Amino acid sequence: MNKGILELHDMLVKGEVTSDELVKEALELSHKIQDECNAFVTILDDAKGCDVTDNLLSGIPYGVKDNYSTKGILSTGSSNTLKDYIPFFNATAIEKLNSAGAVKVNKTVMDEFGMGGTGTTGHTGIVKNPWDKTRMTAGSSAGSAAAVAAGVYPYATGSDTGDSIRKPAAYCGIVGYKPTYGMISRYGLFAFASSLDHCGVLSRSVEDAAIVVDNMKGIDKNDMTSWDSSDMHLYDSLNGDVKGKKICYIKEICDIDNYPNATDELKMHLSNFHNVLDKCRELGMKVESVSVDKTLLNALASVYVVISCAEATSNMSNLTGIIFGPRSDADNYIDMMRDYRTKGFSPLIKRRFVIGSYVLQAQNKDRYFYNAQRVRRLLVDAWKNLFKDYDAVILPVGTGPAKYLDSSKDALNNDETLTILEEHLQIGNFGGFPSITIPDGFINNLPVGLNITGNCYDDINVLNIAYAIEKTMPYKNQIAKEVK
Amino acid sequence: MDKYKVMIGLEMHCEISETNTKVFSSAENSYSELPNSNIRPIDMGFPGTLPTVNKEAVKMALMASMALGCKQPEYMYFERKNYYYPDMPKNFQITQETKPIPVGIYGEFEYYCGDEKKKVRINNIHLEEDAASSDHFSTYSVIDYNRAGVPLLELVTEPDFRSADEAVSFLETMRSIYQYANISEADSKKGQIRCDVNVSIMDKDLDENDMRNWGTKIEIKNVNSFGGVRDAINYEIKRQTELKEQGTYDQMEQQTRRWDEESMSTIFMRSKVDAIDYKYFVEPNIPKYKISKEWLDEIRKSIPRFANERMEEYMDKYSLSRYDATILVKEKDVSDYFEEVIKLGGNPKSASNWLTSVILGHLNKYDITIKELYLTPQMLVDLMEMVESGKISSKQSKEVLYKVLSEGKDPKTIVDELGIKQIGDDKMIRELVCKVLDEHLELIEEHRKGRNVFDYFVGQIMKATRGQANPKMTAQIIREEIEKR
Repeated sequence: MNKGILELHDMLVKGEVTSDELVKEALELSHKIQDECNAFVTILDDAKGCDVTDNLLSGIPYGVKDNYSTKGILSTGSSNTLKDYIPFFNATAIEKLNSAGAVKVNKTVMDEFGMGGTGTTGHTGIVKNPWDKTRMTAGSSAGSAAAVAAGVYPYATGSDTGDSIRKPAAYCGIVGYKPTYGMISRYGLFAFASSLDHCGVLSRSVEDAAIVVDNMKGIDKNDMTSWDSSDMHLYDSLNGDVKGKKICYIKEICDIDNYPNATDELKMHLSNFHNVLDKCRELGMKVESVSVDKTLLNALASVYVVISCAEATSNMSNLTGIIFGPRSDADNYIDMMRDYRTKGFSPLIKRRFVIGSYVLQAQNKDRYFYNAQRVRRLLVDAWKNLFKDYDAVILPVGTGPAKYLDSSKDALNNDETLTILEEHLQIGNFGGFPSITIPDGFINNLPVGLNITGNCYDDINVLNIAYAIEKTMPYKNQIAKEVK
Repeated sequence: MDKYKVMIGLEMHCEISETNTKVFSSAENSYSELPNSNIRPIDMGFPGTLPTVNKEAVKMALMASMALGCKQPEYMYFERKNYYYPDMPKNFQITQETKPIPVGIYGEFEYYCGDEKKKVRINNIHLEEDAASSDHFSTYSVIDYNRAGVPLLELVTEPDFRSADEAVSFLETMRSIYQYANISEADSKKGQIRCDVNVSIMDKDLDENDMRNWGTKIEIKNVNSFGGVRDAINYEIKRQTELKEQGTYDQMEQQTRRWDEESMSTIFMRSKVDAIDYKYFVEPNIPKYKISKEWLDEIRKSIPRFANERMEEYMDKYSLSRYDATILVKEKDVSDYFEEVIKLGGNPKSASNWLTSVILGHLNKYDITIKELYLTPQMLVDLMEMVESGKISSKQSKEVLYKVLSEGKDPKTIVDELGIKQIGDDKMIRELVCKVLDEHLELIEEHRKGRNVFDYFVGQIMKATRGQANPKMTAQIIREEIEKR
């Protein structure tokens, strides 16, 4: 299972291995990783292999983040509010993977409803990083990242509202790709913040990410924000030819001078990033430093909090425990809802609901919600301006390798000067931009990553740049090796 | 009452019943006795479901907006209205607010109140989804989600009505428009029409252009019949007038009340300070989209002529009475039938007579619609022509019509079968007349002395021909033959 999709497909076609054998191996590994990392809500022990067809995904096991609606299979969003919810319909993306012949073997743990970046807030407990069990995977696609990194299968689905695919990918030394907004239908994905939510994939190579999204994408009559990408063939378009491409990085994010309290890890992380930029230049790409108004960048995290919390408080109003979810036995429907929501949601989520309600209140709406929308527009415009001159923006992910579990607090209490570095991936969600994280090195034997983000509908370009950079480094298909 | 002026505004909700599916859901949009049979996952708010806009519903909403003389938006948006209520499983309603603009804004609309033409300003009309319906019992309530997600049009007027009559006349006109435009059956018995009513009173001598003089706005929620609207308004006028007279009007706070059918009174629900903050924001799952000018033009062209226009035309062009014209335009299908008859060459006056005196009565009696009627406009024209050409008498024509309706055969066949062709043969009638006169020579004498025996002779001829002799001809021949003797 430590191989890429192409190799596995080749082995299946040649009969060197059967789909059943792959599924069996993936299930065994699932149980092992469950014990070590607590990555799964559900392991589908009765999963069976299936026929191998021309489709590269056929017969190969994969994992599903637990906020994808899976017919007949428990889908909890890692929340107590849905701890017994078994949907009767499949998310469109899952339906598409089914028809490709892909075999799901487990549902992966996430931060509750995707509202967290640590992998520690799911109702089944914290997810541990397979590279170092004392560290977090980041989130919210925590279980998916841990399982792919540990080699349970070549890929798992994820969802990304702020950086929920791309951050854990970096912390786990794998690839995380969220395509342009609407390329993959969100129908059946439990909504967190609809204008920011994206489906995507975590894998161990750029080509696998391309193959999987080729099979997940497509216009869907059930999602009005989806669009027709039938003439875009992501995998077929990977050629590694990036000569003459122009990419830029943002001074205000990438220069060490911005961080007066920089740790050694951060220094190493940024200098490693600049080394990779040199490799990009060697590939024939033009790499330039650009400047973006720091005031604007500093507003980014607040904008995200305001918009995502506002949409979340509304999106999750459907969780009352009356029609689905564990129903409260209180006397009347108001008490039933109150009881269910009070007991069901973690404090972190409740905090976000309070923020969301607050910013939408008539007397606060202009100051917070509408201003956040305005700044979101400014940020997106700033990036779109960059895309006029550059094929992509390249940036380091986070402040270094995965953080320790015990010092982690999901509250936004970091050193404020580091906020931009931690949160800039959210711009990809503000603009709906295609965005991919790939591993770009190690710090103290722990993986770190970089991110490439391009303009909407320019997924092929983004993937190609990532594909070319990936080739210059030895991290493709790497499996987590425990450091301690 | 002479001292006060009444300010009445309406919010009229009308379900769009004529789309195939619901407004944001692919569930069927049809009235069903079987609870929870027309539902899809989104109607019950299952996680991961998304709304998709029904273009047909938008088209109908835009048509209603045009009919009301409103301005249509350049872009289509929807918004979320957030509140917790068991009839709304998502716990938000997808609707439209005034900013960004809904399907229609700022219109001016003319309607008749009795014979009088009136104007009302329309603040806006918007498209939204209906809630589920609930039935309340003593210890429990039940919810039927069939109605959840049914397209609903809400129109909001300025407080331009000055009496319950005006308000109800407007509602009746709107109902007719929804029916004419094939937007809705607009049947309040099916709960398709629901109204909220705003009533305030002001001193008559104050300037009504100044909003500050309008008095305290009282909103009455959920009035579900036009009769209820009339009663609620009149009750509220009386109640507020009494407060004025007692001098306690100014202490009354802005408030929401509900109409209670049983006690025939309005009951306090909440005051303005307890108003719910619905935390509106633009629905992110429905991308804003441009409404093309071409589409708007196409919709505008497909708007039928409405009842008022047709009524005026019937009175002006065909000299029908207001009474008859009103009856003919009450239902679009009847009016269409009438117009078809005229198009086929029928005489408007007699077509109107046939419809108002016989056909509508028949429809009523058997509780059928004019579309279910066996008699097509062509058949009615044939029948009318037979009378006009003297082929059958008008008395006979009624008999033929009843046979047509009861036996399901066309008028020509019935006339042939009955052998009731009118006798229009001069020679044949003359022979009969001569025979009758010869048998009653004494009566001719009486006639000459001045006694009226004319009708007796006509009666005898009719008797001899079983009513088939052409009455006009018969009378003429009798006159001539008496003169000869």
